[in-house]
Amino acid sequence: MVQIRLPEKSKVKKGNYYKDKTGSKNLRKVNVYRWDPSTEENPRIDSYEVDMDNCPSKVLDILNKIKNEIDPSIAYRRSCAHGVCGSCAMNMDGKNGLACTKSHSEIKGDINIYPLPHLKVLKDLIGDLSTLYKQYESVEPWLKNSKNISEKENLQSKEDRAKLDGLYECIMCACCSTSCPSYWWNGEKYLGPAVLLQAYRWIIDSRDEDRKARLKKVADELKLYRCHTIMNCTNACPKGLNPAKAIASIKKMLATS
Amino acid sequence: MSSYKIIDHEYDVVVLGAGGSGLRAAVGLSEAGLKTACISKVFPTRSHTSAAQGGISAALGNMGEDDWRWHMYDTVKGADWLGDQDCIEYLCKEAPRAVLELEKYGVPFSRTEDGKIYQRPFGGMTKNYGNETVQRTCAAADRTGHAILHTLYGQALKHNTEFFIEYFALDLLMKNGECKGLIAWNLNDGTIHRFRSHITIIATGGYGKVYYSATSAHTCTGDGNAMVLRAGLPLQDMEFVQFHPTGIYGHGTLISEGVRGEGGYLVNSKGDRFMEKYAPKAKDLASRDVVSRSIAVEINEGRGIGKDKDHVHLHLNHLDKKVIEDRLPGISEASKLFANVDVTKEPIPVVPTVHYNMGGIPTNYKAEVITMNGSTKTVPGLMAIGEAACVSVHGANRLGSNSLIDLVVFGRAAAKRASELIKPGMKHEEISQSETDKCLDRFDKLRNSKGSSPTADLRLAMQKTMQSKCAVFRTEKTLKEGVEEIRKSFYGMDDISVKDNSLIFNTDLVETLEFDNLIRQAITTMDSAYNRKESRGAHAREDFPKRDDKSFMKHTLSWCDGSKTKINYRPVNISTLTNEVQYFPPQERVY
Repeated sequence: MVQIRLPEKSKVKKGNYYKDKTGSKNLRKVNVYRWDPSTEENPRIDSYEVDMDNCPSKVLDILNKIKNEIDPSIAYRRSCAHGVCGSCAMNMDGKNGLACTKSHSEIKGDINIYPLPHLKVLKDLIGDLSTLYKQYESVEPWLKNSKNISEKENLQSKEDRAKLDGLYECIMCACCSTSCPSYWWNGEKYLGPAVLLQAYRWIIDSRDEDRKARLKKVADELKLYRCHTIMNCTNACPKGLNPAKAIASIKKMLATS
Repeated sequence: MSSYKIIDHEYDVVVLGAGGSGLRAAVGLSEAGLKTACISKVFPTRSHTSAAQGGISAALGNMGEDDWRWHMYDTVKGADWLGDQDCIEYLCKEAPRAVLELEKYGVPFSRTEDGKIYQRPFGGMTKNYGNETVQRTCAAADRTGHAILHTLYGQALKHNTEFFIEYFALDLLMKNGECKGLIAWNLNDGTIHRFRSHITIIATGGYGKVYYSATSAHTCTGDGNAMVLRAGLPLQDMEFVQFHPTGIYGHGTLISEGVRGEGGYLVNSKGDRFMEKYAPKAKDLASRDVVSRSIAVEINEGRGIGKDKDHVHLHLNHLDKKVIEDRLPGISEASKLFANVDVTKEPIPVVPTVHYNMGGIPTNYKAEVITMNGSTKTVPGLMAIGEAACVSVHGANRLGSNSLIDLVVFGRAAAKRASELIKPGMKHEEISQSETDKCLDRFDKLRNSKGSSPTADLRLAMQKTMQSKCAVFRTEKTLKEGVEEIRKSFYGMDDISVKDNSLIFNTDLVETLEFDNLIRQAITTMDSAYNRKESRGAHAREDFPKRDDKSFMKHTLSWCDGSKTKINYRPVNISTLTNEVQYFPPQERVY
């Protein structure tokens, strides 16, 4: 029988336990994935007892509370705090989402916080998104229109503009792509739901003249057809978008063109 | 002396910041064939431009007659005559072209029936020099900033701009009063990078996080402003801090002025539409300082809502559901998430919340940084754009939707000016090692701080001081207390504690460096406010309720060395750029 063994450094160990010092009766235990690249140590799970009487409603508020009041060394990305910048994407209670829009009251029991799955971890909750960004670049996310030299704006009907709804709102948080098993296995080659949704946003823009070439470019066994309609992407999107549908639309356009 | 290995780079131009203005500048510079580096502490689409909602102003006239001169008048009046009219002329005249350019870049603007860019009414935007409301604010639903930012990032990719992402800038490199580049810390691998450049363009945004409650992102720490202060240069008009009338009560999330543009209105606990009393003509669409003060008066006089009577209600539940769905989807989502309110059924609880800094790095309309040394002069090699800059087009109060247009007009202007001043591949001068040492000594000292005051505690104390002593209404007493109290947070740095001294994604150190940046701006804001003994735009002194053009129609310049500030003044430009428009002399400002 084949023996599969994880490399020594990949084992996640039990970390530090930070007991409450406030005397609060309303505590929750928060378990956070920690890894510091500057040490030789394994990743660990640190546990924090957090006073919920003085904590606003979102998971990000808990992390801020830990960072401000208990352990300033904890590292995570954050910026706008209202779901538009996409910085604080992480895995909470086993599901990807934005820490700033996820209510902790939705989570039962201990609150487990991990980085987005299947990314190289840079530190603690910070994942390496550089592959995804390169893939985004590869779909040439800019308008291609040869008439673009005139002084006037391109006209676009309300109906044509409405086709961009549900697409242009994407904040590139990567919650969808990092929830997709196909992207886990073939992340280097499969473009993944986030980037395919962005590709479709330009394919379907009535002002763009490059539709054919754009379609041809993604029509690839690996880039596109690794999508097996698992639908985790749509389930994960914190903005309520539907990348699976965008991918299906690309496939349909290719099948009927 | 600290020893850090330094990686050197040479570029024609370095742009610091990758929000709307930084990206627009980077695109123009790359187009001009200049070797350009764009450095940002966050991935470009995470910049705070993404949070801009309502729209971008330009007199396109898609929804009825409009004229850039009317836009200019509105902006001059909105600025309470502290704006420089040559710069405002440039902004408003260039605005239509800048918006059309964005459309061609691919921004998904909402559309009119005949397929043109949709424009909505906004506060202070009027027809025919202050008469009726005009529809001038171009919108992509209520996600205009997001749409613009993502599109500009795409353009930058198209033009192969070189990005340095998640690099935290530390200090400018100066030589004989000229800027020669900057030093930055790469968070990804912990290395230190020295960028030499003929021109450095600061596009680091505002510093809203000096306050406790702000619509600003966690990253809005005005890092570029502080770098300028440390380089011995002044900031301008720092006392002018805009409170947005409608931040969600208790959370601070922005609710766009576009809500009132589409017909939403404010009410107090008596159910009165109180804005009719304060601004009989413009009502809920008066400019932001006026609406914020009106809300503050309502609350102070006991007509606030809730158990503590400390907020008011914004109604849009009377609007057609289709209008809300099409034009205000983002604020519906935010209201549900952060106030648990269904906007089609209930009002949103709102309160004035810190939103925008009119003050910043002084520049002319070409984005060149200016200083005063005897007379006004430019600082060679240094430019500033966007919220970091004080051109000044917003004067004492910015009109809603004038910030997005400011980003692209002056982003473009900076690229244009840079390509006039330098040629690709010019040779770089040597810079003395002492500049690098000075910068890294500060870095190293903070990194190894072993005191007992956590950064978060000092930051909180600073934020509470600003919130209580330098708010919507100010008095001699509160400001005087503020001037003293804010310095306590500064001196607290002597005992600051940084627990993490690693170099890769050390966010403890990032926040400490950000605090060092914030506190200098908090001090200049407080001191500038204390010294301006009049009320103008967003600076409302209860003890000096009138505008005093004789003594104070001038820009405040503030230098800051440690906790010491020096205040001086510079006259407001009272001439226009061309004779296509006449100077608008000061008038009483009523809406």
